[in-house]
Amino acid sequence: MNTLLTITRREFAGYFSTPLAFVFIIVFLLANGLATFYLGAYFAVGQADLTSFFMFHPWLYLFFLPAISMRLWAEERRNGSIELLLTLPVPLSAIVVGKYLAALGFSTLALMLTFPVWLTVNYLGSPDNGVILASYLGSIMLAGGYLAIGSCLSALTRNQVIAFVISVVACFLFTVSGAPLVLEVFQSWAPQALIETLASFSLLTHFRAITTGVIDARDVMFFATLIGVFLTATVIVVDMKKGEGA
Amino acid sequence: MIEIDRLVKKFGDFTAVNDLSFSVESGQVMGFLGPNGAGKSTTMKMITGFLRPTSGTARIMGLDICATPLEAQTHLGYLPEGAPAWPDMTPRAFLDFIIRIRGLDKIASRTAFGRAVDMTELHGVLDQPIDTLSKGFRRRVGLAQAIVHDPDVLIMDEPTDGLDPNQKFQVRRAIEEMSEQKAIVISTHILEEVDAICSQAMIIDRGEIVAEGTPSQLAARSRYHGAVTLTLDTQLKSKAGEALADLAGTHMEVTTRGDETSLHVFAEPGGLEPTQLLAQVRERMSQHAIAPRALALETGRLDDVFGELTRKARPLEPRYGEASS
Repeated sequence: MNTLLTITRREFAGYFSTPLAFVFIIVFLLANGLATFYLGAYFAVGQADLTSFFMFHPWLYLFFLPAISMRLWAEERRNGSIELLLTLPVPLSAIVVGKYLAALGFSTLALMLTFPVWLTVNYLGSPDNGVILASYLGSIMLAGGYLAIGSCLSALTRNQVIAFVISVVACFLFTVSGAPLVLEVFQSWAPQALIETLASFSLLTHFRAITTGVIDARDVMFFATLIGVFLTATVIVVDMKKGEGA
Repeated sequence: MIEIDRLVKKFGDFTAVNDLSFSVESGQVMGFLGPNGAGKSTTMKMITGFLRPTSGTARIMGLDICATPLEAQTHLGYLPEGAPAWPDMTPRAFLDFIIRIRGLDKIASRTAFGRAVDMTELHGVLDQPIDTLSKGFRRRVGLAQAIVHDPDVLIMDEPTDGLDPNQKFQVRRAIEEMSEQKAIVISTHILEEVDAICSQAMIIDRGEIVAEGTPSQLAARSRYHGAVTLTLDTQLKSKAGEALADLAGTHMEVTTRGDETSLHVFAEPGGLEPTQLLAQVRERMSQHAIAPRALALETGRLDDVFGELTRKARPLEPRYGEASS
C-alpha cells in the first residue's frame, strides 16, 4: 500500500514538473466551456441543470484522456526508466495501479476545476445538486474507464503518438457501441442479445444513466469491471514484454 | 553473492545468451567483457529480473530471481545501460523516491541518502532537474540510485561509458570503495577498466563465455605475454634490428609511429624464458651501444586477447578482389 502511494505520488508530481499539465488543464477547461455554452446552448436551453455540460464529457474525454494515458508506459519505455521501475522490489500490480491512480487523480483535478460552472448554475437558478453530484461521480468513472483502456494500450508500444491514436480509436469504439447509429447497422441481422450486449459495453450508455441522477449498482459495476479488466490486461501486457525483451 | 545458472535467452530464432553459468562472491568485482551485441546487457537484464530468461535462472544471495523476484531484488542495486532516470525529477526527489520505495526507515534513509550523495559527489546538483545535468552527473545519479540502499549485489551496465577521464576515475574509485562487502558485476568494453577494478573477468561473445579468469590470467593468453618490447628512436631501428637478428629462437615485429619505433621480440615456443629473453635483449643493446627509450617485459595485452577471441569465431567477410572459396 505504501509503495503504491509512493508510485502514485511520484507520477502525480511528474505531471506538474512540466508546463504540460497547466496547458492541458487550461485547454480542457476552455474546450469544456465552449462545448457547454456554444454546442450545448446552455443559456438558450434555459434550464437550471448541467445536462449540456456533462453530455459532452464522453467526447471531450475521448481526446483529452488518451493524451494523459499515452505517456503512462510508452514514455517509460522510450526513456529507459522502465528498466529501473521494473527492477525495484515492487509488485507489478502496484506499479500499474499506482500509475493509473495518478492519471485518474490528474484528470479528476482537471474536472474539479470546472466548479465555476456549478457555481454559475446555482447562482442562476436552483438546480438539483444531487443530480450534479452524481454526474460528477459518473464523469470520474467515465474518465477511469478511458484511462484504464489507455493504460493498457500505452503498455503495448514505446511510441506515444501510436499509443494516443490507438487509444482514441479504442475509446471511440467503446463509446459509440451504444450509439443508435452503430446499433442500427446490427439491427437488421444480428440477434437481439448481441445488440444488447454490444450496447451494454458502451461507456456512453452507462454514463448517461448515471447523469440522470441515479447511481445504479449495475452501472458502477460496469465501470469497475471495465477498469479492472483493463488494468489486469496492462499487468499482463507489461509482464509479457518482459519475456519478449522489447 | 550471485549465481548464474545455465541462463538462456532467445529472441525468436536469435540466441542472445546461450547457456551462461558463473558466480560472483561477495568481495569480487566481475568484469563482463564482450563486443556490442554479445549478450552482456541481456544477461544483466535477466539477472535483475527485467527480462525473463528462456531457461535457466539467476540467484541473488541464494534467492531465485524468477521464482522470488521481489525478495531477490531487495538485495540488488542496478544501474541500467545509459543510466536512465526520470528527466524532470531532481536528484534529491529521485533518490527520495528510491529510498521510499525500497522501504528504508526514517533513520536509515537519512544516512543512506547522505552516504550515496557523498560517494557520488552529487552535492552541487541535488536540486537541478536531471535532464539539465551533464552526462557525468547523470551517470552518477544512476549510480547513487543503485547504491542508496547499500545492496549486497550490484549490477552495473557500462558504468563509465561516455564519461571523461576524471569522471571515469571517480566512478571507478567509488566502485573500488564498495567492492569489499559486495558482489559486483560490471560490463564494459573499456579494457583498462578491467585491469583497474576487476578481480575477475569474463569475455563473452554471441552469448557464450569464451574466456574467464583474473585479468592477468586473461592477459597472459595474449601472444604478447612474455615478449620483450623495445622502444627506441626510429633512426636506430635498423641498427637495433641487426643487433637482434641473430638472437636464436626468436622472431620480431616492428611498429613505427613517427620518430618512435617499437620492436617486439617474441620467443619461439619452448625457447627462451621471458626473463632470459629480456636479459639477452638488454645485453645486445649494450653491446651495440644502442640506448633504447624503454625496454620492458610484456605481461600480456587484454585487448589483444579480446580481439583474438571475439573475432576468431566470426566468419570473415570476403574482401574485394578475393575469391570466396
